[in-house]
Amino acid sequence: MPLLVLHNLSKRYDLTPAVKDVSVEVERGEFFGLLGPSGCGKTTTLRMIAGLEKPDSGLINFEGRDITSLVPEARGFGMVFQNYALFPHLNVFENVAFGLRARHKPKSEIAERVALALDLVQLPGYEKRNVGELSGGQQQRIAIARAIAIEPALLLFDEPLSNLDVTLREETRGELRELVGRLGLTAVYVTHDQEEAFALCDRISVMSTGSILQTGSPRELYVHPAQVSVARFLGRNNLIRAMRLSAMKSELGEFKTLAGGHILRLPVRTAELPPLNQPCVLAIRPEQVLISKEKVEGENAFAATVQEIQFAGATSRLRLDANGLIIEAFVIGLAPGVVGDSCTVTLPPERIVLLKE
Amino acid sequence: MPSLRPSPRWILLLITLVVLLYGVVYPNVDTIATSLHHDGHWSPANYLALLSQRLALEAVFTSIGVSVATVILCALVGIPLAFLFERYSFPGRNVFATLAALPLVLPPLVGTVAFIFLCGESGILARVVQRALHLQEPPWSLRGWGALLLFHTYTMYPFFYVLAGAGLRRIDAGLAEAGRSLGARPLRLLFKIVLPQLTPSLIAAGLLTFMTSMASFSAPLLFGGNVRVLTLEIFTARQRGDQPMALTETVILAAISLVALLLFQRYEGTRKFAAAAMKGAARRYRPLGTGSTRLLAFIVGVICSVGLALPVATLLLVSFARDGQWTTQTLPPAYTLANYSRILTQRSAGEVFLNSLSMSAIAALAALLWSFCVVTLSMTMKRRVSRRLLSLLVLVPWALPGTVVAVSIAEAYGEPSLLLGSFILVGTFWILPVIYFLRFMPLVVRALQASMEQIDPSLPEAAGSLGATWWQRFWRVTLPLAGPGAIAGTLLAFVIALGEYVASVLVFVPTNRPVSIAIASELRDFNLGSAAAYGVILMAMIALSMIVAARLERSASV
Repeated sequence: MPLLVLHNLSKRYDLTPAVKDVSVEVERGEFFGLLGPSGCGKTTTLRMIAGLEKPDSGLINFEGRDITSLVPEARGFGMVFQNYALFPHLNVFENVAFGLRARHKPKSEIAERVALALDLVQLPGYEKRNVGELSGGQQQRIAIARAIAIEPALLLFDEPLSNLDVTLREETRGELRELVGRLGLTAVYVTHDQEEAFALCDRISVMSTGSILQTGSPRELYVHPAQVSVARFLGRNNLIRAMRLSAMKSELGEFKTLAGGHILRLPVRTAELPPLNQPCVLAIRPEQVLISKEKVEGENAFAATVQEIQFAGATSRLRLDANGLIIEAFVIGLAPGVVGDSCTVTLPPERIVLLKE
Repeated sequence: MPSLRPSPRWILLLITLVVLLYGVVYPNVDTIATSLHHDGHWSPANYLALLSQRLALEAVFTSIGVSVATVILCALVGIPLAFLFERYSFPGRNVFATLAALPLVLPPLVGTVAFIFLCGESGILARVVQRALHLQEPPWSLRGWGALLLFHTYTMYPFFYVLAGAGLRRIDAGLAEAGRSLGARPLRLLFKIVLPQLTPSLIAAGLLTFMTSMASFSAPLLFGGNVRVLTLEIFTARQRGDQPMALTETVILAAISLVALLLFQRYEGTRKFAAAAMKGAARRYRPLGTGSTRLLAFIVGVICSVGLALPVATLLLVSFARDGQWTTQTLPPAYTLANYSRILTQRSAGEVFLNSLSMSAIAALAALLWSFCVVTLSMTMKRRVSRRLLSLLVLVPWALPGTVVAVSIAEAYGEPSLLLGSFILVGTFWILPVIYFLRFMPLVVRALQASMEQIDPSLPEAAGSLGATWWQRFWRVTLPLAGPGAIAGTLLAFVIALGEYVASVLVFVPTNRPVSIAIASELRDFNLGSAAAYGVILMAMIALSMIVAARLERSASV
């Protein structure tokens, strides 16, 4: 049985819907991500899990218990806020001890657990410090220590790394993942940063305008985005508008691109097939596109000219024009050839994904 | 914030409703109703009578005229000073910036007295000029329009200075830089970028000045001469026992002030747009370059500083003068500590301070408790309309002139009535604390509201997610964070109540005289030194409280 179940959660502010029919299941011990652009409803969803917002409709179940209308203080979830929300009038010790004091724990236990929590975030001995004198990264760790000190049943993160600079963010990311795993905690993590979500989460729900578009492991989402908006949001993608042709050859579907009029073949399950002669969208990642300077015969191979080359260090990004069909391709290292060269582009059938609009 | 809702909300609602009903709504409605009664019937006769009396009507227009002139003069003084002292750095800047707000905390009566000693026809300045030019008569008399406007400008220009200065500080320096990069000349920048952003602040300052000037009482009383303003007319109508006329004039004065309050509330809200701008270029004080402009600015700074400090210095000097000795000399000829020792040792004199201290403390503490009720309640209110109505009702007694509050409370609680049974305030100890509370609690509410709004909403949320209940969140997070601001506001209300005169003079009980009444009566008996000594002690207490308040505010902002 999943630990946390969100069932058709909806929330509107005045008349604008913020979250629409969100359903999610989080397993025990899972690091679960809510990923989406700002304003997509991911933070509102997290706040409803924390009890800071009341859903207009829908249910929240935790360990099989309905907690939809439970006040936040009764839920026992630790939350790490985007701005850390450290109490400015309390020192580090009192901040971390706050939740323990609220539970009226004995003095000795409080001291012990605060010290342990500070150890875990690698800030031992910081008890007497004023939170104002800590750096951003240290404040962030104290916020995490405060949340894990109460031994939370669930750990909630609201973009906790977005206020750190890039190097510190990547470093903290690794430590955070390791810490949550070591303590065996279940976490729900909100972020707009795809790379961060991919690095941290076991499973991710991609959200847009209040709804969940797709839920899956980072790999699934990247390789098999179900929708155009997911494909667009997660990394670069060549989105090719095409029309299904009537002819079916073996298990490969046959499509004709609207631009360029190329024939593309790709494996499609019969159930997923779009109606005949209706425009649909195919996607292929730029790094999956093959380029060769020689003329190549084969499935989904056609002639193109190099229109633009962007040098980006480890990779080079090419813009190719195949008779009006613009294809973006990444190659490792330096690009073969120069602008204006002709070449052959191959779109490997198993790398092409058929998307829902 | 639904998470903050499980609270003893209905108790707060009850307290708030009772105080507003009995303190604000009932007295004012009762006053209006009584003003509309004539010989036991509903009739507009009182208003018709007022319209037919040339003098009363004249008072209405004089009050408005004085106030409009005051607004213009204060703007002319305050705005350029704000530009000079907020934009440029030069020697003397800091001294002035510290002194600038001095007139705001000077009790009006004490300020008036100091002004008389300094600029009055037998004051120090007049004597200096008379000696220097060998005149037979004093060179001027401190009477009438000129004197009134001079005093008003001195005491009320800080509204413009402070608000325009705050507005200037908020304006993103990057906007001016953007304007310049687009080719705008300085004058164009001023009119197209700076002033439009400053307008809400300036309108708010103008309305504040207008309301304060409409309420001004001590100055017209002591050197208004034959300038008849409404506050004075209400006072004299009450003195001669013409109750209907006093009430009718009170209603008119209240109506004018309330219109100003409604406008003020409207513009106050729009003041925030400058602050909402993105983080921009750092604002710097521009050092004044050339020697001559630096010198000019320095001279302006010195003159302003001296001008600000002179009345207070005069008061201090006169407080050491032997009563009855200072007659025709430029400066008091004989100095003594007798005035202070008399006040500090004589029982009746010491009692006056005890009266003021205890009544102000009661009012301020009540205001502190009450402000927590109101602010907590308003934070749980969902609907904007009800929040606005609450804040408007809270502000009403602050916007109404002290004269109006005193008259309406005296009217409402002067005799047994159906609503209140035999509950009577007039003639008891409690009438002044109640009036002080009503008049100055809006200051505490506003201060608390401001510091509550500064609390990051995620802090109580974080406390909630860590398992703290409503009370734990209030005691351990909200109170420690909002407390210093609230106490600073309470101290401000306390010091203003300490020197309160306008309302006190209308309803004080002889056995319970506040300091201001003692000052006025010493002045009437020409005990100038004693009057000044009372004033100096009062100012010392005020200064002490202000220093404590400033400390608290600073510690809160860390």
